[in-house]
Amino acid sequence: MAEIRLEGVSKVFDKTVAVDDVQLHVADGEFMVLLGPSGCGKTTLLRLLAGLEYPNGGRVRIGDTDVTDLPPRKRDLAMVFQSYAVFPHLTVFDNIAFGLRMRKVDRAKVHERVERAATLVELGDLLGRYPAQLSGGQRQRVAVARAIVMEPAVLLMDEPLSNLDALLRLTFRAQLKQLVAELKTTTIYVTHDQVEALSLGNRIAVMNKGRIIQCDTPGTVYGEPASRFVGAFIGNPPMNFLTGRVHRNGGPPSVTVADHVLQVAAELDGEPDGEVLVGIRAENIRAEVEPFPDALQARTRVVEPLGSHLLITADVGEQPIKITAPADFPAHPNRELWLRFDPAKVRMFRPS
Amino acid sequence: MATTTAASVATRRRLGWAPYALLAPSLVYLAVFFALPMVNAFGLAFQGDEGGYSLEPIRRMLGDERFAKALTTTLLLVVIIVPIQFVVAMGMALVVNARLKGTDLWLYVFALPLGVSELAAGIVWFSIFTEQGWLNSLLTQVGILDRPFIFLDYQRPTLLILTIVVAEAWRATSIVMIILVAGLQGIPRDYLEAADVFGATAWQRVRHVILPLLKPSIRVALILRTILAFQVFATVIALAGSATNVLAGEAYRWYQNLRDARVAAAYASLILILSVVSTILFLLLLPTEEDRPT
Amino acid sequence: MSAVEQAQAEPGPEAALARPADRPDRSPAARRRRRVRALTYAVAVLLSLFVLVPIYFITVTAFTPREVSYDFPKPFIPGTVSAETVRFFADSTGVTAALWRSVVVAALTLVLSTLLGAPAGYALARFAFRGKSTYRLLILSTRAFPIVILSIPLAVTFITWGIYDTTYSVALMHTGLALPFTILITSSIFVSVPRDLEEAARTLGCTPLGAFVKVVLPLALPGLAAAAIFTFVLSWNEVFAAVILTLRQRTLPALVLAALNTSPLPFRFAAAWFMLAPSLVVIFVIRRYLLGLWGRVAR
Repeated sequence: MAEIRLEGVSKVFDKTVAVDDVQLHVADGEFMVLLGPSGCGKTTLLRLLAGLEYPNGGRVRIGDTDVTDLPPRKRDLAMVFQSYAVFPHLTVFDNIAFGLRMRKVDRAKVHERVERAATLVELGDLLGRYPAQLSGGQRQRVAVARAIVMEPAVLLMDEPLSNLDALLRLTFRAQLKQLVAELKTTTIYVTHDQVEALSLGNRIAVMNKGRIIQCDTPGTVYGEPASRFVGAFIGNPPMNFLTGRVHRNGGPPSVTVADHVLQVAAELDGEPDGEVLVGIRAENIRAEVEPFPDALQARTRVVEPLGSHLLITADVGEQPIKITAPADFPAHPNRELWLRFDPAKVRMFRPS
Repeated sequence: MATTTAASVATRRRLGWAPYALLAPSLVYLAVFFALPMVNAFGLAFQGDEGGYSLEPIRRMLGDERFAKALTTTLLLVVIIVPIQFVVAMGMALVVNARLKGTDLWLYVFALPLGVSELAAGIVWFSIFTEQGWLNSLLTQVGILDRPFIFLDYQRPTLLILTIVVAEAWRATSIVMIILVAGLQGIPRDYLEAADVFGATAWQRVRHVILPLLKPSIRVALILRTILAFQVFATVIALAGSATNVLAGEAYRWYQNLRDARVAAAYASLILILSVVSTILFLLLLPTEEDRPT
Repeated sequence: MSAVEQAQAEPGPEAALARPADRPDRSPAARRRRRVRALTYAVAVLLSLFVLVPIYFITVTAFTPREVSYDFPKPFIPGTVSAETVRFFADSTGVTAALWRSVVVAALTLVLSTLLGAPAGYALARFAFRGKSTYRLLILSTRAFPIVILSIPLAVTFITWGIYDTTYSVALMHTGLALPFTILITSSIFVSVPRDLEEAARTLGCTPLGAFVKVVLPLALPGLAAAAIFTFVLSWNEVFAAVILTLRQRTLPALVLAALNTSPLPFRFAAAWFMLAPSLVVIFVIRRYLLGLWGRVAR
């Protein structure tokens, strides 16, 4: 077990900057998720950590060692690949034992540790099989067992659930969380799935264009996104963004959206007059079909029943907004709707 | 810090060298056994009796009474063989791709001649076309002929050329077929099914979906086949002896029988030039998407 | 045409909507499809006969008594089976030696071209480096050259090197012939082994060489073997270079070609069968790799 420090790490391929001056500190035993859209550099960052790529600049430290120039085998880590990378010519047992044998662990010990790891991921009965005889889910477990059997200081996972079907993914996600929590290994987990990130991580590092935009606990990243990008990338539906204006008129500043003055808890003192982006999540909007005090008027466009609740798309002036409402809410297209934003949950962003 | 930086530079330099080290042996080998002989071929073709530069070998080649015939026969063979083989190979490829029962078996049967040498193929077809051969046996027994017909008649070069065409079509169609089948398998089945849904006939499917998508494979197959056709040699000797002569045969004759490596090299150079020119022609006539600048 | 419209065009509407499995589909489209299919089978059989009948003929000739070679009209179903013709060929002067030399040349070619070509193929498959596309283009462009023809200037060079008329000289030439093929083939074989596997091995403690030996090599082996076997056949069959580069140390095809006009018919026919048979076996052995081998090179 060890902490990880990335200090100003950069990686350039030809002329594209894949990772741009990244600073990241992962505490000992922490589960850190790297989240971002495809091509944001999250996988490259993971590979830099693994030693499968070497950075053009910056240092990589695991524990007390500067591993920047060390090959993967000298970094005391293990990795689960997106494709699982289970060796097709070896049995499940030999796959899991592969790393231990490389380390020249003695036979009896290998046997014992492989059995234990296999039991942990419920593969105990399949040790003699070849990967071709396994389902996708079982192969994924082999990949996980092969990594944890090494008892590495750092566990790296590159979208390990993305090739599973939706139902399995849900089950495995919970199992994975439990497993890693028991092992207490420092883990870096790459995904583009924001739900996965929220569910698994102690902290989430949201990446875009090779940089870390925000790195914080799931609650903070979700509730207090640092930028419009983070707000739009995390959450389903994404955060709503409405263009508003900051006015001062001599007195304390206030925000208006579609000529309606919003109740806001956030500090506005620092905001200059002019355009501002008002961010609010769908579940933090109270909707009524009758006018009520301080409510913002909107017009319902589409109503989508989602079983447990309704997802309503409405227009505030010219701007679209998504609202969730109870399943029995009497919403109809083309009817008026009155909305009130929870003042504590409203976020302000500079228009880009 | 200083040591790790040095190590980092060393690592990267080592990794940077690896691919070149792996390529080097093959490059050296090809330089010695491919590039050098190519240069030497032209060197020999322009070498005088006492060494030095001379047009003598070229003059001797052009002045030889067999030259014109060898050139025209070779060109004629190329012009006839390549299109015929393309059509037959396309037929085979479409059959394989039609997923009939036993697809693998059809593919294997069509691919059989892939391993057959030019010389063996020539002798096999000699046994068929010779006066007392299998074809005459068949035709007389069925009653079409009452006595054997001389197919390999040295007085009738056209007929000889046709027998060579058949033998070559038999021998070297498989390679074209394999390339086309591989290309066909690269075409997503959705495209064909889409064409089906929009009511395309089998022919329209071939013409408007398969052929355009298959163009890169077709081009490679044609180039490969044309170059092989320019080198046609043992089939001709086996079937026609010295009655019909082709460029490669003349190169062999000048080297082996007339002991003049320079005229032989002149022939080799000529075949070389013809091959390169035809390749360039194919590349120009059949441009593919990849050639277009992006 | 929607399902409903199509149903109305049919004699019984239920025919198109829910067709029982035992009743043939009588729609015009289905009839046309069946006709195309029948035609395809017919073409397939015809083309197969074109390929197989000559092989049958030469096999029959090789395994009937010698006189049958001169018989006319020839019996399509052989009366007596005999190894006489084949034995006559095998016992002829120089044949066993030539046969052996052919094996040696082909084996040398196989080993040399794999040793030289496989590393290059691996480099093409795995590394990104400057000059890669130039190198690839260079290898591809060898296709535009009739390499066999280069044996004439090579013969002159080999005479000065003192290795003319040896099995080595033929093997060297054949290696040059096979090398571009080997490089492209091995590169496509290595590409088909996922890079992830190699990287996984490295994260599990392998050196780059260890990962290659423990993971890449076992997975690439069947393909590499098929490629090697094909190289063997390439050399086994090659006659122009072999006949130019040798005088007395003939390989089998060179021997047969040089003696072609003076040898009796049974000799020729048995020779053809001898050259043909191993190739047929080889094609059978590597049949599953044929498409991969040649198809991928065609890119």
